[in-house]
This record gives sequence, C-alpha cells and structure tokens, in this order.
Amino acid sequence: MNVVIVGAGPAGLAAAEHALRAGAQVTVLDQAETPGGQYHRMLPEAYAAKRPDRIQHGRAEFDRRRRVLAHPRCRWWPGSTVWAFDRAEKRVHILRGPSDGSGRRRLTLVPDALILATGAHDRTLPFPGWELPGVYTAGAAQALAKGERVAIGGRVLVAGAGPFLLPVAESLLGVGAEVVAVLEANPVSTVRKGWSSRPWRLAAHAGKAGELARYAATLARHRVPYLTGRAVVEARGADRVREVVTAQVRADWSVVPGTERPYEVDAVCVGHGFSPQPELAVAAGCVLDDGFVRVDAAQRTTVDGVFAAGEITGIGGAVTAAAEGAVAGRVAAGGKPGPALIRARDRARAFAGRLAAAHPIGTAWRSWLRDDTIVCRCEETTYGELTRAAEDDSRPGAHALKLGTRAGLGPCQGRICGPTVSELCGGAERHHRPIAQPIRLGELAARTEGEPE
Amino acid sequence: MSGWLQPRDRDPVGRTDRPIRITVDGEPVTGIAGQSVAGILLAAGRTSWRTTRSGAPRGVFCGIGACFDCLLTVNDVPDVRACRRPAADGDEVRTQSREETA
Repeated sequence: MNVVIVGAGPAGLAAAEHALRAGAQVTVLDQAETPGGQYHRMLPEAYAAKRPDRIQHGRAEFDRRRRVLAHPRCRWWPGSTVWAFDRAEKRVHILRGPSDGSGRRRLTLVPDALILATGAHDRTLPFPGWELPGVYTAGAAQALAKGERVAIGGRVLVAGAGPFLLPVAESLLGVGAEVVAVLEANPVSTVRKGWSSRPWRLAAHAGKAGELARYAATLARHRVPYLTGRAVVEARGADRVREVVTAQVRADWSVVPGTERPYEVDAVCVGHGFSPQPELAVAAGCVLDDGFVRVDAAQRTTVDGVFAAGEITGIGGAVTAAAEGAVAGRVAAGGKPGPALIRARDRARAFAGRLAAAHPIGTAWRSWLRDDTIVCRCEETTYGELTRAAEDDSRPGAHALKLGTRAGLGPCQGRICGPTVSELCGGAERHHRPIAQPIRLGELAARTEGEPE
Repeated sequence: MSGWLQPRDRDPVGRTDRPIRITVDGEPVTGIAGQSVAGILLAAGRTSWRTTRSGAPRGVFCGIGACFDCLLTVNDVPDVRACRRPAADGDEVRTQSREETA
C-alpha cells in the first residue's frame, strides 16, 4: 500500500506512524519547512537553538513522533504545497519549493490511499477597526513568538474565546511583551459548565490540567488579569491600532451598555476558535457537515480511499488530532485499528465536545458591527453592504450575494470571511476552491515531472 | 513602540544567530537567518507594507498563510505571502498595492 498524507501536524504524524506500522509505503507532505504543524511549531534550524524545549512543551513526545519521518519506508517532503486533487484520476498535484515562489517543481502522486490532515486556522470575528495593522489573530501572535521569537508589540491585549488564548499570552510574555489582559468572552458560568460536566471524559487529556495550572501561574507571576465575559468590540487608530475598546458582554455576547473601557495598546490579538481548511477534501468530493469533513468510525470520508483526521473533522486540539490520525493511518494502510486506538480516539472526541460547550461563539456578536464595519478584508465589503444585499429580493442566494458584494472573491478566497458571511446572511458556506493553493501561470504551464524514485 | 525580535542574550532557547540582510523598497533591513520576511519587517518596526484597493494599509493578520493580507514582492515575484516565506540573504523586497499585482 502506498499512502500519501497531507499535513505533518499531530494528526499527520500519528497517521504516518501507524500507516508505517501496518506496513505501508508512506509519503508525508507539508507546506512548511519543518514538521509539527501549528501545534508543535518549531524554531527554524538556522536558529541552532540549544534549548528549544524551553518554549516547546511536549517536546519529547514531538521528537518521538517526528522520528517516523526518517523511517526507511517513509518519504518526507517539506516545502510541498498540494494545490489540486484530480478526482477522476485520484492524482495529487504538488508544488515543491519556496512559498509562493515562481520556479517550484511540479510533481504528482497517485496514492492507493490519501489521508487529509490539513488542520485549521484561527477564526476571528469582525469588529470595527479589525482591519487596522496591529490587529492580529491569536495564531499570528503565537506563530511569530514561538516560531521565530518576534513580539508583535510592546503592549498587547489578548482576547477572544477558548483555551488557546492562554499559551498565546505565555508566548508573548516569553518574548518580552507586556500582556495588558487576557479576555475570554464567555462568562465564567459557561466555561465552568462546559469543563466540569462528566469529568471522567478528561482522562485522555490528563496532562491538560497541569498545563492550565502552569498558564495560570505564569499569568499571575506577570500580574496579567484574566477576565471572563469581556470582549474587544473596537480597535482605533489612523494608520495602525493605538487603542482598543473592550466591553462586558452577556452570555450571548451582546454588549452590556456603559461597560466600555479603552486600553492603550500597540497590538491586539484576537481569536474566536478555529476554522477548518477543507479545500482538498472538497476537491476530492468528500461530504462536509457544517464545514467539517464527514468521517466514519474508521476515519473514512465519503470518498473511497480518502481519509481525514484532525481539525478538518472537528476542532478538538492536538490530542484528539493524533488519536484520529492513528486510526486513519492504520485503516488507510489496510490494517485494523485495535480497540485501544479506537477507545483513545473516542475519548479524545468527547473532549472536543466539552471544548465546544465551554467556549461557544455567542450568537449576538453581530451587535458589535456598525454599518461601515469591514467584513470581507480582501474586498473591503462592509456589514451594511452585505445586509442590504441579503435583503434585496432581486438577488437571491449566496452566489448572487457574493458576486454583488464581492465578499469572498479576494485573494484569500473567503477563507477568513466565509463563515462570517454565511452566518450574517444565511446560506451554507462554500468551500469549493478548485485551486486549493495559489499557483503561478508559469508553473501551471510547466511540464509535470514524473514520480521521482 | 511596535514589534521586535527577542534579543539573543535574553532568550532562554539559546540561539546562535546568523545575521542576514535584505532590502525593503531599496532600504537595508537586517534580520537573522531562518526568519520569515514578515518577521524581519515586524522586528524592524514596520506594521504594514501593502495597501488595499481603497488605499488602506495592511500587514500581517493571520500569520499562517490563510488571509493573504501580507502579500509583497520578493525578487520581482509579486504576491508572496510574507508570513510563509523564509527570508534569504540579499532578498529584494518591495511593498505592493493591489493595482500593481497581476
């Protein structure tokens, strides 16, 4: 069996390990130069760091996982962008070379089984001024601090929803930034209810409790307040962010009038959970449920020979992703996952359910928006334009809305505004991007190389 | 104040830095080997380097290649995501506006 895995994060690496154990020939592809994905983000080799474990928690576990890439039956292709999947031929189209370069090599692979472990990116809900330079996603702050030791600013506010805000604050402190506060939009009652029901379900994530305690200690040591039921509702500044306005919000995230408070900052990072990156699954013809790839108990998608694992099947974090990857790897390689693997996966998925319950997105967030608030960052489509277009009976449907307002037609192809637009205007989000990643015309015209030995 | 690179002597990871030099619109900017183009620009105090159709400034937003806000031109190749591209010594970077792109 010849198994191709797209993505070398926790799900992809676990899939590789278990596909190899089941005897397959494995190829692992990732856009980045180093394995690990967003979760096990590594410092560049060129930094020659002597103590990378000081900022990379779970480093020992990661070192064990990444060793599979050196297995004699494993090919590891970093710097590889999968830009298309040909459904009829089951052919994976790959570009190898520097990101967005002009002369990348074009290669194709036709695997017996394909495992998609393409992960997720931050979801950030719009608010007035969110397009100003100096406003970042939580993931951007983390990538720069953990991945290359750059602080996005001197005085930073961290806000949004979910436990990911805590490691982001820790990373910012680690590169010398002052963290003004960490704001969780959900009230403490929602968070507590989500986390404390059925505590036995936490068994698969025993390490997480210690991790949370460590974040709490770090925030306390640096006197960083962690406030719940509070959100960033506006960013202000002319050329860049200078001030953010926060407000107390109710359980549905509607603003409590009179509770607005300005903070002087030079950067703010905001994350409201994550959006899956299902382009390749869509290209393969896989059925999605609410944006996530539908999989069965063996991680099979609805398309024969195509498997999915990790955040593209549901947001659950690294432990869940790895547990799903293990099952996908076994089955894709023609093996049978043992009951222990299945049990671990099911326990981990239950954790994902708790995460969603503890840190939901409140339905009233649209009350933060004003008529001139930008929703589509690429095309600068405003909330007013969108709502007026959605109410226009002469242009019904999501497609006409998109063409009429240009929301989602810019360079990011709706990756950032897609879920927001579909929530604001109704209609399902369209994930169909025939070209999954940008390719230059010159590269497209170049000859494809045969499969190298 | 804006962004910076954590100084080596204060970084617990124990780096061995190798300086590299790039130019941004002809102006020399230094960084260290392994950094992304975006990381070098942020650490040099720049927060934006692209303008949208309306002329609004943009820099890094998502930091992982999803939003395409940080596009710039590297060695005459336009529309390179600064957050995804590792910088190489001698790279000539140009900031860009929407109209300039293909």
